[in-house]
Amino acid sequence: MSELELVPKYPREKQTMINVNGDEAIAYAVKQSYVDVVAAYPITPQTIIVEKFSEFVANGETHTEFVAVESEHSAMSACVGAAASGARAFTATSSQGLALMVEVLYIASGLRLPMVLAVVNRALSAPINIHNDHSDAYLMRDAGWIMLFAENVQEAYDTTIQAFKISEHPDVQLPASVHIDGFFLSHTLENIYTLPDEAVYDFLGGPRKIAKVRVDYFDEEVNYALDPARPLSIGNLALYDYYFEIKVPQVLSMRKAEEVIKEVNEEWYKLTGRKYGNGLVDPFMVEDADIVIIAMGSSAGTVRSVVKKYREKGVKVGLLRIRSFRPFPHKDIVELLSGSKLVAVMDKGIGPGQYGALYLDVAASLYHSKSKPILVDYVYGLGGRDLSPEMVEQMINNLLKDLEKGYILEEERLRFLGVRG
Amino acid sequence: MIEVRWHSRGGQGGWTASNLTAMAASYEGKYVQSFPAFGPERSGAPILAFTRISDEPIELHSMIYNPDIVVVLDYTLLSPGIVSGLKPGGTIITNFAGDVNQVLKTLNVKTGDYKLVLIPASKLALEILKSKITNTAMLAGLVKCGVVKFESVEKSIRERFSGPVAEKNILLVKKALEESIEV
Repeated sequence: MSELELVPKYPREKQTMINVNGDEAIAYAVKQSYVDVVAAYPITPQTIIVEKFSEFVANGETHTEFVAVESEHSAMSACVGAAASGARAFTATSSQGLALMVEVLYIASGLRLPMVLAVVNRALSAPINIHNDHSDAYLMRDAGWIMLFAENVQEAYDTTIQAFKISEHPDVQLPASVHIDGFFLSHTLENIYTLPDEAVYDFLGGPRKIAKVRVDYFDEEVNYALDPARPLSIGNLALYDYYFEIKVPQVLSMRKAEEVIKEVNEEWYKLTGRKYGNGLVDPFMVEDADIVIIAMGSSAGTVRSVVKKYREKGVKVGLLRIRSFRPFPHKDIVELLSGSKLVAVMDKGIGPGQYGALYLDVAASLYHSKSKPILVDYVYGLGGRDLSPEMVEQMINNLLKDLEKGYILEEERLRFLGVRG
Repeated sequence: MIEVRWHSRGGQGGWTASNLTAMAASYEGKYVQSFPAFGPERSGAPILAFTRISDEPIELHSMIYNPDIVVVLDYTLLSPGIVSGLKPGGTIITNFAGDVNQVLKTLNVKTGDYKLVLIPASKLALEILKSKITNTAMLAGLVKCGVVKFESVEKSIRERFSGPVAEKNILLVKKALEESIEV
């Protein structure tokens, strides 16, 4: 069947349209995802996600145990405990809260505990700031979590449900984070289409299925969960004798997650009629593009709308939106950018002494490409600075000059878009 | 795509009005977006809110720089800055009960530069709601301009408020629509 002929199981008329902001969309998705435990720190920098979710709990609309804790460090610790006992767990945080949570993020992934964390991406202090950029997300990039970035409120809803499925997949068994841009998505109302509760329940296969493990002292495989009837230790000491052997499978499972993210994206398409590229990347007119812009999150939409304008004028420019930051889609990038001459990476975060994190990952991919396009890093939007369509136009106009020139000097490869002085 | 910029003061419900407009348009099958000028809101301080309404999915996630329509909930906010970025021939919907020439003078614009819709929102809100909250009354301006239908606004108000509060606000929009003047 061709894509045009596909009739989703739940076409739009069988879905319910709701008007919600990004935070509310995630809270609603979590409510539908049959989550057993939500542990969250309820005060700044917390967002409306857990406030809205706690209303569902108070109204008796969900069976979830809501644990209000005293810090984000404890929120993630409670989720680790819940997931280790076999529960489906969720928490949400932002900026400084995520920074405080980082220590325990490594524990969740190292213990191979599926769970979902919503991150409303916001800048890190100092200076104190409450607005959007990706510096908090960049802080957790090596924590062993699957990291998915949504472009709009609809995708925030869709990705949250998908994240549970990806995280709990038997080949993956890794925690997953869903990222939405602070304010640009978290506080923006959009109308989205939602599935009936039972459709989400079926999509996730009901409650969380616990992975089986083989241990020395039981004959058969047992649940990888804390259970007094079959005592296990989770989180043991592993020194140079075993630590390495436990860390490498995290890498291998992350690779498998690439396929699972793609499968889940297709499955979601058959269910709802919505999909996001191949799940990992969402390309727009890159096939014949001389210039490709790479972006993540809500800005990708703004860039795409400008790219369309330039295409109408005959300028060969395209957009490659990265949806999965971890696992990073190296293969797709090499394939999709094989014909490009100039690639501009848009980084909404800064790494003093180095290029932006996204640029480094793209550079690692492109080293192995035959075409070896010219590569340039545009740092933009720090601390919530708006990315206007005019700024994107200014960037493309500069890129066209670079393309004509045919090279970019080393000292010009890190650029700042929309900064004064 | 229609882009609307709302001018109000913290506490007057500018963002709520933007949300209600977006919701109303969504009932008509449109794609919508509504957001405030982000930041801590202080009661009484001038704030902005934005609405996008489109037949196609909305990709833009930036502020609105060149609105088609500006709506002013509080006439003390009227100043030349209100028309900043407004598209040529765009629409200004303002809460105002006096002489139109006074508005033109305050905005420093000429007749015909922009379409102007005047709504005596403060007067009507005091009569019907017994309060100075003008956000729902100003929705009449969007109905007047054909951006959303009255029935859709009615539905969005019922969705957001309940009981007598909803009914009073619907009555307010109806009255505001009757008493609005297009110049």
